[in-house]
Amino acid sequence: MTTTTDLVSYEDALASYDPVMGLEVHVELGTKTKMFCGCSTELGAEPNSQTCPTCLGMPGALPVVNAIGVESAVKIGLALHCEIAEWCRFARKNYFYPDMPKNFQTSQYDEPIAFNGYLDVQLEDGEVFRVEIERAHMEEDTGKSTHVGGATGRIHGASHSLLDYNRAGIPLIEIVTKPIEGAGERAPEVAKAYVAELRELIRALGVSEARMEMGQMRCDVNLSLRPHGREKFGTRSETKNVNSLRSVERAARFEIMRHAAVLSSGGTIIQETRHFHEDTGSTTSGRVKEEAEDYRYFPEPDLVPVAPSREWVEELRAGLPEQPLARRNRLREEWGIGAHDMQSILNAGAIDPIVATIEAGADATSARKWWMGELARSANESGKALEDLPITPAQVARVTALVTEGSLNDKLARQVIEGVLAGEGEPDEVVEKRGLKVVSDEGALTTAVDEAIAGNPGIADKIRGGKVQAAGALVGAVMKATRGQADAARVKELILEKLGVSEG
Amino acid sequence: MPGITREEVAHLARLARLELKPEELDHFAGQLDDIIGAVARVSEVADQDVPPTSHPLPLTNVMRVDEVRPSLTPEQALSGAPAQEQQRFKVPQILGED
Repeated sequence: MTTTTDLVSYEDALASYDPVMGLEVHVELGTKTKMFCGCSTELGAEPNSQTCPTCLGMPGALPVVNAIGVESAVKIGLALHCEIAEWCRFARKNYFYPDMPKNFQTSQYDEPIAFNGYLDVQLEDGEVFRVEIERAHMEEDTGKSTHVGGATGRIHGASHSLLDYNRAGIPLIEIVTKPIEGAGERAPEVAKAYVAELRELIRALGVSEARMEMGQMRCDVNLSLRPHGREKFGTRSETKNVNSLRSVERAARFEIMRHAAVLSSGGTIIQETRHFHEDTGSTTSGRVKEEAEDYRYFPEPDLVPVAPSREWVEELRAGLPEQPLARRNRLREEWGIGAHDMQSILNAGAIDPIVATIEAGADATSARKWWMGELARSANESGKALEDLPITPAQVARVTALVTEGSLNDKLARQVIEGVLAGEGEPDEVVEKRGLKVVSDEGALTTAVDEAIAGNPGIADKIRGGKVQAAGALVGAVMKATRGQADAARVKELILEKLGVSEG
Repeated sequence: MPGITREEVAHLARLARLELKPEELDHFAGQLDDIIGAVARVSEVADQDVPPTSHPLPLTNVMRVDEVRPSLTPEQALSGAPAQEQQRFKVPQILGED
């Protein structure tokens, strides 16, 4: 465990081997209540305050499935182009571990609610890769363990553990891909793009916020290598709970280099789970798989089968939102931007805020400019998601309207946004309170322009001589004198007018 | 006829965290064999036209609306716990798992 892992370079690994991946993603649904009982799923409650006899596994307590949980599962299945089971059951996955007080997890085994689908994902350079979906099934989350007595909360060396069962029973949908073959050196990139696209899809469906940093979406990366030209898969490792997009890519890359080192030195890969470490980007051995897989699944006798009627399924299909990838391509055309810009907007989580700002009346260019500039910077500094900033798309749209009508210039607009973010009220209130109005009083402007010309005779001569670009320096002087509250375009007009030149 | 071996009983006992004595392993192997043999006879009559039953009632789609119902208080939830700490269930050291 403490020895360093042998690796070969990524290029060498790919020269000899072909990676095959399988991705398992768990999504915590955003239902109000748990999957099989009416306990709240609200985050941040005090420990063990959201439990009941059912989710604590008390004798005699009976589960009843959450209708929205089933509906969300069907929606996810449909959006992934899956077939929806006409009839399926829950199953007990038996294991002894204190994170499940029942000693089993209620899941689905050989009768998943959705199966046989696909998701098209787009890589950074625009190439589209189709990831086949094996299944999506319903299950429940486990309780939260805190390990006491060991170093840094790790289980190793802990003297005992403490359990909070508020999370036990929260609905989960597990989405499993078929083996992803043929991605070659782009396998880690495909893995990342798949998880990113799935997250977009889940959010578009409105079934979960799918925030990876909050554990609402978690990914297990299965990976194996086979020599080029061989059909049969190699032995796989399963890297558990990889919880950011970047980590998904890094974990896949690391495992490719590790497997290649083992295989090329004549060793064999052990089928095991592995832990990913954010700090080093490496994985270490977890538990050996074979025995742990003996879960003795059997049909859950306390729940009746789920049989989604075809009418209901079609109703849900008709209500599906546009596929996120198709939507991005449409918006890209509407906004007149390239694939790379759209990728940055997606990565920044700015698509929905920009769309909402445009719907509130802003033009696309301004909406993009504010969310990707000033606001992205502010979000970055405060470590927040864009949509968590204390400013609404309607407020951003109002600022752009003030700029368009000439009451604000860009510099003042930035201050208005700063004021809104600081909780000083609506944009108009900030303008009022901070006294941020473009000086449109021609008298005051003319005086400032005259002073600027008088103070910079050399520049004024250049402009008279036809060097119109030099006007920028005088505009700057006027802006300084008016503390940025002048309309720069108007100032330039006045300067050129005074000096008797016109803009070529 | 199915044959349940002593090793299979030992394996199941380990998965179920049951500590069985050597003579119990032999004893249960024989008993489980009898039970499985009896169940196997049912399979003989249940042909393709008889769907498997997982529930005695002919019900499907029994669902609950997604509305919050009162939970137990933490005190109630923890009242049967052999040990507790920081309003959480306290369990012994967990070994051999991740």
